[in-house]
Amino acid sequence: MNLISLSAIDLSIAAALVLFIALLQWWMRLGNTRALLTAGLRTVAQLLLLGLVLKMVFAISGLSWIVLMSIVMLLAAGREVMVRQKRRFIGSWGFLLGTCSMFVSAFSVTLLALLVIVQPDPWYLPRYSIPLLGMLLGNTLNGITLGLDNLTRSVWEQSRSIDGRLALGETWRSAISDIRRDSIRVGMIPIINAMSVAGLVSLPGMMTGQILAGTPPIEAVKYQILIIFLIAAGTGLGTITAIVIGCRRLFDDRERLRLDRLC
Amino acid sequence: MSIPLIRPAATFALGEKEHNYYTFSHNSYQVHFMPDLVISNVQSQVPGLAEQRLAALDLRLPEAEITGLTGPSGSGKSLLLRAIADLDPSTGEVSLADCSWRSVPAHEWRKKVAYLPTESDWWFETVGEHFFQPDIDSLQRLGFEKDVLNWKVLLISSGEKQRLALARCLSRLPEALLLDEPTASLDEAHTCAVEQLVSEYMRQRTVPVFWVSHDPEQLKRLTRRVMSIQPDGSINGNFVNR
Repeated sequence: MNLISLSAIDLSIAAALVLFIALLQWWMRLGNTRALLTAGLRTVAQLLLLGLVLKMVFAISGLSWIVLMSIVMLLAAGREVMVRQKRRFIGSWGFLLGTCSMFVSAFSVTLLALLVIVQPDPWYLPRYSIPLLGMLLGNTLNGITLGLDNLTRSVWEQSRSIDGRLALGETWRSAISDIRRDSIRVGMIPIINAMSVAGLVSLPGMMTGQILAGTPPIEAVKYQILIIFLIAAGTGLGTITAIVIGCRRLFDDRERLRLDRLC
Repeated sequence: MSIPLIRPAATFALGEKEHNYYTFSHNSYQVHFMPDLVISNVQSQVPGLAEQRLAALDLRLPEAEITGLTGPSGSGKSLLLRAIADLDPSTGEVSLADCSWRSVPAHEWRKKVAYLPTESDWWFETVGEHFFQPDIDSLQRLGFEKDVLNWKVLLISSGEKQRLALARCLSRLPEALLLDEPTASLDEAHTCAVEQLVSEYMRQRTVPVFWVSHDPEQLKRLTRRVMSIQPDGSINGNFVNR
C-alpha cells in the first residue's frame, strides 16, 4: 500500500475551485452561493471530525462505541431526510418515518453483510462496519428522500383526483396506487442509474478509493459489486418501507385523504 | 287479502322486520321498505375550519324524492355533503336502509352514497377509462355519442365534464345521490336533460337524492322540500310543493 499523502496546499487548491464557483454564482446573481459555501464548510468540518472519531474508534474497537456512532449517524440521516421534504408529515412522523425506514433497511443489510458475507473478526470490526453502514445510510437516505418528497408533493398536487376517486367508492389503496408506484420508482432511480453506468461512465467512489490506496483492481471490483448490490437492496427496502407507511398515514381509518397530516 | 300497499311482502316473510317501518301518511298505515337516508346530528369536523361550522343536521331524505339544499356560497353546503359521504371527519351518524355508515368499510359506504362534486376531476387519459360500466343510453341522453368514451380528458369543456361526471357517478349504481350543484355550468337544454336523467334514475332505483342549487326555480321544479342554510348557520326545512 503506497498512498501519496495529501498536503494542506493540495486541499486548498481543490477548495479554491469551489470558492471560484461560489464567486461566479454571486457575480451572475444565481443565488445558491450561501448553500454551496455552507455545504463546503460542513464537508470539511464533518469529515475532519469523522477522521478523528474513526481514529479513536479504530483504536478502541469496542462494540458500544460503534453502536453509539451508528446511532449518531442514523439520527443525522433522519434529520436530513426530514429537512429535504417540501411537504413533510407533521409532528414526530416527519422525523420518525424516514429514520425508522432507514433503521430497518440500512441496519439489517449491514448486519447481513457483516455476519454472513464479509465475516470480519470480530464481526463489528470498525474498519468494516462503519464504512459499510455509512455507505448504506447515505444511499438509502437518497432513495427515501426522493421517494417521500415525490409522494407528498404528488398527493398535495393531485389531492382533488384522489378525493374524486374516493368519492366514486374506490379503496384508498386504489386511489393512491399510481402515486405509490411512481414514488417507489423515483426513489430507486439513483441506484438503478448507478448500477447501469457503473464502470462504463462512472468509476464508483469506493472502488476509486481502494484503487488509489493500492488495492489490486479485481479485489476492488469484487468489493464494489458487493457494495452496490447491498446498496440496491437497502435502498429498495428503505424506500418501499417509507412509501408504504407514508401512504397509509395519508389516510385515516375511514379511508379519507388527510392532507392536514402534511405541512 | 286486502291489506293496502304492503311492499315488499317477501321481506316480512323472511322475518327481517328491522328493514320495515310504519309511516303515517295519506291518512293510512303503509309498510315501507326503507332506503331512506337518515342523517342524525351530522356536523363536519374538518380540521382548521372550526369557525365556519354549520349547525348539526338532523334530516330524513325520503326514497325516490329529491330534497333541495340551498344557502349562500361558503356556508358549508359542500362540506355537509362530504360529511354525509364520509369523505371528511364529522360527528353524528348517517344510515341508509338501516345500514349505518361506520358499520361498513368507508369505500363501500361511498359506493352506496355517492357524492358528486361541482367540479369533477379526471385522472386517466381517456374518458372511458373512468367508467365502471358505461351506460350508453344515459350518455346519449346527456347529449353524447358513443365515441365520447375515447375522448381525451384534457380536451373536454367544463360543461361536458359536469355531464360526464354525472354519467360516471350513475354508472356505479349508487343507492343515494348527493349532488353538489350538478347543473352549475350547463345551458338550459342540458340542465333539463340532467334533471330528467336524475329523476328517472331516482324513480327506477328508488333512491333518495340531496340536490344543492342556487336556482330557486330549479328547486321548485324538482323538490317537495328545500333545506336552506340561514346566516346564523342553522338549517331550516320548508315544503315548497305539496
